[in-house]
Amino acid sequence: MRKPLTIAMPKGRIFEEAAELMKKAGYDLLGEQEESRKLILEFPEQNIRIMMAKPMDVVTYVEYGTADIGIAGKDVLLEQDRDVYEVLDLGISPCYIAVAGLPDQPLSKIAPKIATKYPKVASDYFREQGEQIEIIPLNGSIEIAPLIGLADRIVDIVSTGRTLKENGLVEYEKIVGITSRMIVNPVSYRLKSKEIDEMVNQLSEVVGEDFA
Amino acid sequence: MAKRLMFEKPLGMRDTLPFFYNQKKKARELLTEEISRFGYLFMDTPFLEYYETVGEASATLDQQLFKLLDQQGHSLVLRPDMTAPIARVAASQLKNAEFPLRLAYDGPVFRAQQTEGGKPAQFEQVGTELIGDHSSYGDAEVIALLIRSLQRAGLDDFQITIGHVGYVRCFFKEILGDDPAITEELMSYLYRKNHVGYQEAVKALAVSDEAKRSLMGLMKLRGEDEVFDQSKSLARNQECLQAINELKQLYKMLKQYEVEQYVSFDLNLISHMDYYTGILFEGYAPNLGSLLCNGGRYDKLLPSFQLNASATGFAIRLERLVEALAAQTEKEQRIGILVDDDTFSDGLKQAQDLRSEGKKVILQHVDQVPDLQQFKADLAEAIDLTTGGGRDA
Repeated sequence: MRKPLTIAMPKGRIFEEAAELMKKAGYDLLGEQEESRKLILEFPEQNIRIMMAKPMDVVTYVEYGTADIGIAGKDVLLEQDRDVYEVLDLGISPCYIAVAGLPDQPLSKIAPKIATKYPKVASDYFREQGEQIEIIPLNGSIEIAPLIGLADRIVDIVSTGRTLKENGLVEYEKIVGITSRMIVNPVSYRLKSKEIDEMVNQLSEVVGEDFA
Repeated sequence: MAKRLMFEKPLGMRDTLPFFYNQKKKARELLTEEISRFGYLFMDTPFLEYYETVGEASATLDQQLFKLLDQQGHSLVLRPDMTAPIARVAASQLKNAEFPLRLAYDGPVFRAQQTEGGKPAQFEQVGTELIGDHSSYGDAEVIALLIRSLQRAGLDDFQITIGHVGYVRCFFKEILGDDPAITEELMSYLYRKNHVGYQEAVKALAVSDEAKRSLMGLMKLRGEDEVFDQSKSLARNQECLQAINELKQLYKMLKQYEVEQYVSFDLNLISHMDYYTGILFEGYAPNLGSLLCNGGRYDKLLPSFQLNASATGFAIRLERLVEALAAQTEKEQRIGILVDDDTFSDGLKQAQDLRSEGKKVILQHVDQVPDLQQFKADLAEAIDLTTGGGRDA
């Protein structure tokens, strides 16, 4: 019996969108399990095992090889810089990382403070701009930081811009566009290349990429 | 910073307890025995080297080096690999020796790790360097020896993927002309395994559609020896053809060595940004999340020690090999079902069920077993269906 192909997927909306793509590509991973709280779902007839993970953790499972494949946001890949193959842009959950803050507030000249969930992305970006900044790491509700004077700017994910607007913040610069990517463990990429290439080829037809 | 507790060690440092020590020793002995049979001579170098020499020449990234200062204020490094120190020796003490040199080593190397667990900062490498032979015969010998050594250590299931960085460079040169900036950009996407980034960069290039198709086609050049023919429709310049011929030549010799079943090709494999210069390879085994071994031809290292010579070699991560071997033995474990005349049919049914689940099952009549305890000791699990139920015979 072959070992199943293990796929780490983020819970929630991305899972549904990704599962929809997989279905179109010929892998039916939806079913009654949707509502379940199980973290590992088995699909023996397709020889696939799904691990439900926190979006930030998917890349970790794939790098260590406990999952062969993962669906991960480009934001996480940029932030964590892991040793995995990024094989396909699935084009789902499009959004972008941007710099935002209170309107008409110039960046402080002395040690500007940036609040963010993405310390690496933020410091790489400001370094490229020739600005030395200080990072204040936060885990959520980043938009509060400029309102209460904790930071001059925030670096965060923007999808519709509604949260920014409702909190009286404006977007200053777009840093990078984000979509979900299919990633592969470097060893699985070689040793399970047949199954994985097939999946990548089928998925790339669904998402309309012209090579795999 | 919190005061260190008695049992703590620096990040990434591990103790080797007796059981693991013995497993390592056994694997090391088998590897070194095979390497010696190919006439390679083992040697060792100090753990500490100058940063300016070995540290800078090494393929290991600067941020992974352990650096320290000696009493005179010189920067030192803990050796991050064995290739650079051996190149230093080959270019100094051994420079008047008979070339080609066949040298081998086994010993710990050190690489500072970032913050995460599961990645040792000290690990043992067993490897070889063939210095002063720039032929395909040399490449074939090193890869064949790597495969033979792994086989000798008892590993059945593994794969060596071979690429050619010279091919990638002349491929880009043919299609993009001499544009180092774009070449470096595309190579860096391949090196970082970022195929999406590569694809986007290619799409954004101001070149013909045909050139773009060729650049995308490079990504498909992996698999068995059919890639050699596929490659010809993409790039036809003299250098590319020569690189493909080297690979063909290599494959032919690997067949003569009878190791070709372990080999696959990937013409966009890039293990390092600028260290390897020709044929290069990586090895993988199931149940290991990361590389088991790697190597390739390097032509710039020895000149940095003022010796004009080409070299090739491999390094095996010993601890990972032991891990791969352990996973393999687990897989081979067998279940035994002991029966007597009355329980044979029950036992047979259980055995069939377990076998259909993919388990390895021995069905054994109890009367034929001279030493029950010994019989059970060799099994992963013993199911005793005899009426005596586990009583010694």
